[in-house]
Amino acid sequence: MLKIDALAASIEDKDILRGIDLAVPDGEVHAIMGPNGSGKSTLSYVLAGRDGYEVTGGTATLNGQDLLAMEPEERAAAGLFLAFQYPVELPGVNNANFLRTALNAIRRARGEAELDAVQFLKLARAEAKRLSMPEDMLKRNVNVGFSGGEKKRNEVLQMAILRPRIAILDETDSGLDIDALKIVAEGVNALRGPGFSALVITHYQRLLDHIVPDRVHVLSAGRIVRSGGPELAHELEARGYADVVAEAA
Amino acid sequence: MPAVPETLDAVQAATESGYKWGFSTDIDMELAPKGLNEDIIRLISARKNEPDWLLEWRLKAFALWQTMTEPSWAKLHHPPIDYQDLHYYAAPKRKPGPASLDEVDPELLAMYEKLGIPLKERAALAGVEQPPQVAVDAVFDSVSVATTFRDTLAKAGVIFCPISEAVQEHPELVRKYLGSVVPAGDNYFAALNSAVFTDGSFVFIPKGVRCPMELSTYFRINARNTGQFERTLIIAEEGGTVSYLEGCTAPQRDENQLHAAVVELVALDDARIKYSTVQNWYPGDAEGRGGIYNFVTKRGACRGARSKISWTQVETGSAITWKYPSCILQGDESVGEFYSVAVTTNRQQADTGTKMIHIGRNTRSTIVSKGISAGRSDNTYRGLVRVLPRAHGARNFTQCDSLLIGDQCGAHTVPYIESRNPTAKLEHEATTSKISEDQMFYCRQRGLSQEDAVGLIVNGFCKDVLKELPMEFAVEAQKLLAVSLEGSVG
Repeated sequence: MLKIDALAASIEDKDILRGIDLAVPDGEVHAIMGPNGSGKSTLSYVLAGRDGYEVTGGTATLNGQDLLAMEPEERAAAGLFLAFQYPVELPGVNNANFLRTALNAIRRARGEAELDAVQFLKLARAEAKRLSMPEDMLKRNVNVGFSGGEKKRNEVLQMAILRPRIAILDETDSGLDIDALKIVAEGVNALRGPGFSALVITHYQRLLDHIVPDRVHVLSAGRIVRSGGPELAHELEARGYADVVAEAA
Repeated sequence: MPAVPETLDAVQAATESGYKWGFSTDIDMELAPKGLNEDIIRLISARKNEPDWLLEWRLKAFALWQTMTEPSWAKLHHPPIDYQDLHYYAAPKRKPGPASLDEVDPELLAMYEKLGIPLKERAALAGVEQPPQVAVDAVFDSVSVATTFRDTLAKAGVIFCPISEAVQEHPELVRKYLGSVVPAGDNYFAALNSAVFTDGSFVFIPKGVRCPMELSTYFRINARNTGQFERTLIIAEEGGTVSYLEGCTAPQRDENQLHAAVVELVALDDARIKYSTVQNWYPGDAEGRGGIYNFVTKRGACRGARSKISWTQVETGSAITWKYPSCILQGDESVGEFYSVAVTTNRQQADTGTKMIHIGRNTRSTIVSKGISAGRSDNTYRGLVRVLPRAHGARNFTQCDSLLIGDQCGAHTVPYIESRNPTAKLEHEATTSKISEDQMFYCRQRGLSQEDAVGLIVNGFCKDVLKELPMEFAVEAQKLLAVSLEGSVG
């Protein structure tokens, strides 16, 4: 369970998050929607531990562990995965090698045995196949020369291999055509189950047609102003943020 | 210098008592008094039982050196070196090493462990005193291994021995080739080396012979105590092929301040020489105290048609590196290659690169240089591509990439390109990049520690060079890069 209480954070003394309360129980998928500048990406970065964000109040725990006290890599080992809005290129770094190093670092931190190259490739190929991704994606350098869609699919492949307890998808749908969107959604849906939860951050209801959330939260000016079932996403789509936010205020 | 004060006193006493060369053998370390003069050179030559021609050659080099001044064009800064305050001859036996691994600096051992050096080898590298002969075989197997190697090499007709031995056993070869690529008066440090070199390696690959093994394997076990002024000479006759690896990937806390080595390579028709270096001498501490000054002249002559010389270097050590492994492409269609990774951290300074001199027709050269700077270090690539009028159809491709870690280091690229033949094609590409905060966060979000992340990114950056290293060393070099940059981020 991801539990966030009264979380407040600022960048360069500018308050962005102003007291977020949110609980994502195991096995559930929650969506966070909101207009530009509402703090959606900040929330994902603060949870993942990016430098430059100052937590000014509140708590965030994952299965009781204090996330905010951990280094980013410790949060990853605890089971937090962030699918980046803009996946980063690593020139010269082979995707499979990168993922194996990451997986083994996480396994090591959890006291599990590391996988050798053969075991890893077997796992990675199986996951790639399951997600209908070309196997040669594993051989290429991390995100280098990938199209926008390929980058997002690579994020989902990484997620499938690293098997997080909670995945935060930061506008993973942005820049995706409908086919790529379906593949990404299938990747997330395939992981759904009791040991996996997700926080899907998005502008549009479109993605939520394919990843149907258990709960939808509306973020505005650093606060969650309204929560509801999947139907809330449709309401937002129909009425626009301005109306819904004004009504909630 | 490794000498303890008592030893110096003993030497001093011996000198004053009028021993001709000021040389004492009463103590277990053989050490000449400080300073450089003709007598010292005569002493070195005499201790090595050298023929007259070699002594004359040394003296001539010394005379030249005295007329020269230290080069000042490199982007390097260091306090003046007092050449009269150095010992120019010390027998390999130095102060007694630690009795067991328990007495070795734990920091050093931790580093060996990270590099994945087997425990047995760690002891040898740290200079732990070896038990008597029989046990050496059991512990390290160096004697039997070495013997096996020698047999294999001898059967193939390959000569591989210390250069001092080659002077005795194969004087005609040494005399023919020594100084033929790097003449005694080539530069200040080469002249100094020519005057006082004490040992180094000699390799001779006869016509048509492909050396049956990587000479690295042998070297790794045998070259623990390399000297301050090494001299290496490698000759591959027509069609001969050899791959040689110098250095070792475990850091050695060598206390000598000044290293001035010379390496000469000669490739005749269709010969191929691949020379790989992994250098990680003591770089000094974080404040720039101590560390090796490494002034090296390395040059290969592709004398024959279709010959090929390839330099690959991974440099992470030394406080100062001044080094430009070069190729003189004399033979038609000869090929020169230079693949380099130079890492500087803390206060290290490196001014390194290559020279490709195209003389023959259709000669080709490739330069791939990867400079990585961290801390408050300075890293300069300095490279010359020169095409002479006769070199029709010469081609060069140069790729110079710099990677900066942090914001207090410097990376500089100084290419010199001179073409005197209109048919030559020269390409130069250069990039400078930083390890971005985005890349670090991305890696750490996936579970990598900062150090693993830097290691991965740096190794990716260096991939084009690392793949040129012999297999077994490529893996160690990768680890070495990561270890060298530890603590440079965050």
